[in-house]
Amino acid sequence: MAILTYIQAITKAIQEEMEQDEKVFIFGQDVGKKGGVFRATDGLYEQFGKNRVIDAPLAESAIAGVGIGAAMYGMRPIAEIQFADFILPAVNQIISEAAKIRYRSNNDWQCPITIRAPFGGGVNGALYHSQSVEAIFANQPGLKIVIPSSPYDAKGLLKAAIRDPDPVLFFEHKRAYRLLKEEVPDEDYTIPIGKAEVKREGSDLTVITYGLCVHFAMEVAEKLAVENIDVHILDLRTIYPLDKKAIIDAAKKTGKILLITEDNKEGSVMSEVAAIIAEHCLFDLDAPIQRLAGPDVPAMPYAPTMEKYFMINPDKIEAAIRDLAEF
Amino acid sequence: MVNNRHRSLGLTDEQVVNMYRYMLLARKIDERMWLLNRAGKIPFVVSCQGHEAAQVGAAFALNRDVDYIAPYYRDLGVVLVFGMTAKDIMLSGFAKAEDPNSGGRQMPGHFGSKEKRILTGSSPVATQVPHAVGVALAGQIEQKEFVSFVTLGEGSTNQGDFHEGLNFAGVHKLPVITMVENNGYAISVPSDQQLACERVSDRAQGYGMPGYTVDGTDPLAVYEVVKKAREDALAGKGPSLIEAMTYRLTAHSSDDDDRVYRSQAIIDEEKQKDPLILFAKYLRDSGVLTSEHEAMLEKEIDGIVDEATDYAEQAAFAQPEDALKYVYEEQMGW
Ligand SMILES: Cc1ncc(C[n+]2csc(CCOP(=O)(O)OP(=O)(O)O)c2C)c(N)n1
Ligand SMILES: [Mg+2]
Repeated sequence: MAILTYIQAITKAIQEEMEQDEKVFIFGQDVGKKGGVFRATDGLYEQFGKNRVIDAPLAESAIAGVGIGAAMYGMRPIAEIQFADFILPAVNQIISEAAKIRYRSNNDWQCPITIRAPFGGGVNGALYHSQSVEAIFANQPGLKIVIPSSPYDAKGLLKAAIRDPDPVLFFEHKRAYRLLKEEVPDEDYTIPIGKAEVKREGSDLTVITYGLCVHFAMEVAEKLAVENIDVHILDLRTIYPLDKKAIIDAAKKTGKILLITEDNKEGSVMSEVAAIIAEHCLFDLDAPIQRLAGPDVPAMPYAPTMEKYFMINPDKIEAAIRDLAEF
Repeated sequence: MVNNRHRSLGLTDEQVVNMYRYMLLARKIDERMWLLNRAGKIPFVVSCQGHEAAQVGAAFALNRDVDYIAPYYRDLGVVLVFGMTAKDIMLSGFAKAEDPNSGGRQMPGHFGSKEKRILTGSSPVATQVPHAVGVALAGQIEQKEFVSFVTLGEGSTNQGDFHEGLNFAGVHKLPVITMVENNGYAISVPSDQQLACERVSDRAQGYGMPGYTVDGTDPLAVYEVVKKAREDALAGKGPSLIEAMTYRLTAHSSDDDDRVYRSQAIIDEEKQKDPLILFAKYLRDSGVLTSEHEAMLEKEIDGIVDEATDYAEQAAFAQPEDALKYVYEEQMGW
């Protein structure tokens, strides 16, 4: 077992999958000699060569579309979109094509592509290098959307995504890349897509979140435990389709729910989580469902003052938990 | 031996008659679909009429056992050569459960069959171009000997996916043949309002591949150029762009009335270029097709189309709740 950062765990997952399945290949902008702008494909070009680690022209719709074609043929392509913000030119390929290939062909064709993209803010990335784009895709049956919250999960979920017979969008939080480190087993393991995980058992209130916010919420929960505020934490891990049962169980467990996302509040994934709880848990609730989210402005500004104002951080989470605990 | 163009291309008399047979089959299926549509029996038809020569000529130049195709909605001629039957097409026209393209989920003209290596297609135009490139990339990674063949209309060559796909294929020298069926219109908009260049084939230059413009009413001319493109692709010389000049002998689709934007004189003039009439004449002039043989073919195909229509009309629809199936692989428990 070695201590790996979140991004090293991702590289490891790709490397292991490429070693054990010749159908797996990776392509995207700067993934070759450079090893990716964040170095997620570090060393892969040297190990696997230019036939399986391919620098693509700067054209996102082709990156998605060519990957979809290769996936239909029977390969297991991993397409890297350099920043999630730049996935937008590929939306037609992802939603009109990847999501619908199995359905429209009546199960004749399949599209086992994994599309990876770094997302999220807090990295001085300004409007176009900070966004959370998951909600754009999170109402498209046919797609699966995975957002890991730890190095261990990143490796296991990415391996599951690559092996999945359907298209998976795999969003990696940029701030998490080097911030999060933990022991990650050397051996092969996968984590099932579609299953949320209880990260912490608690009895006073429930936090449901995903990605980097899980890390912040855990930190806050440990701090508040000393004051006898006992927080239950559910990490969604797959944000589409949602693990409804886990959401309902977690909500019923405490009856006080705080939903956290770094995305803009309205129409976010958490709006859907709130609806699931409202439909199934009304009589178990002891307080209105609370959402802590980014403000409804187009995107995160560059200046550190405004960026900090936009981002979720432990202080904001702590304040929201205290409010809800007192309700 | 007069007019023996086909033999000089290496095509036997039997093969060219077979080409004609496919063109006629495509035409007659298409005409039947219009009748059914006008009779209120099927909601929609989009036509191959006027494009048959380009489609059948091109498909004959491909290897039907190994090549992959990503056809667009007019490509009835292509998919018939690749093994779709009249019955398959009629089942799709009537949206019946047995439709092998989509089980009645998609409109007619949205072809697909994994077994026949016909990539499943959608409605947004040009999205199939990167798919064909991806299949070719996969073939290159696996060092397989096949080409992928993709088609679209000239208006659709304005889409980003056409340019992104061709550029990717050009950069990686992939075995992709793109054929644009230029019928002069994108619904109502004529090509001089669509294309800033004179010919679609001029666009090839930007993507490092040869561009050819060919008479799309002549299956032999199209066969010749696609055959060359295929040989080049397999020899590692990379992709080609082919523009086949055709005429659209019908309205854009059953929902369009083309009299609003083109005159009867133009429509009548274009009917003179009907590839079926022209190719039948060529075959007769070369002594390959006798009038008895032609009459026999007509009769045989009418029978096939009748039978396919009856079968499809009586076939069952999918169950309503079948709409819930196949969102994800079902063994996974989704
Ligand atoms: C992205 C997209 N925009 C608009 C349409 C509607 N539409 C369907 S076919 C068509 C015209 C296509 O013209 P062309 O590419 O020349 O092909 P043709 O039908 O003439 O063979 C249009 C506008 C569409 N299907 N997809
Ligand atoms: Mg056209």
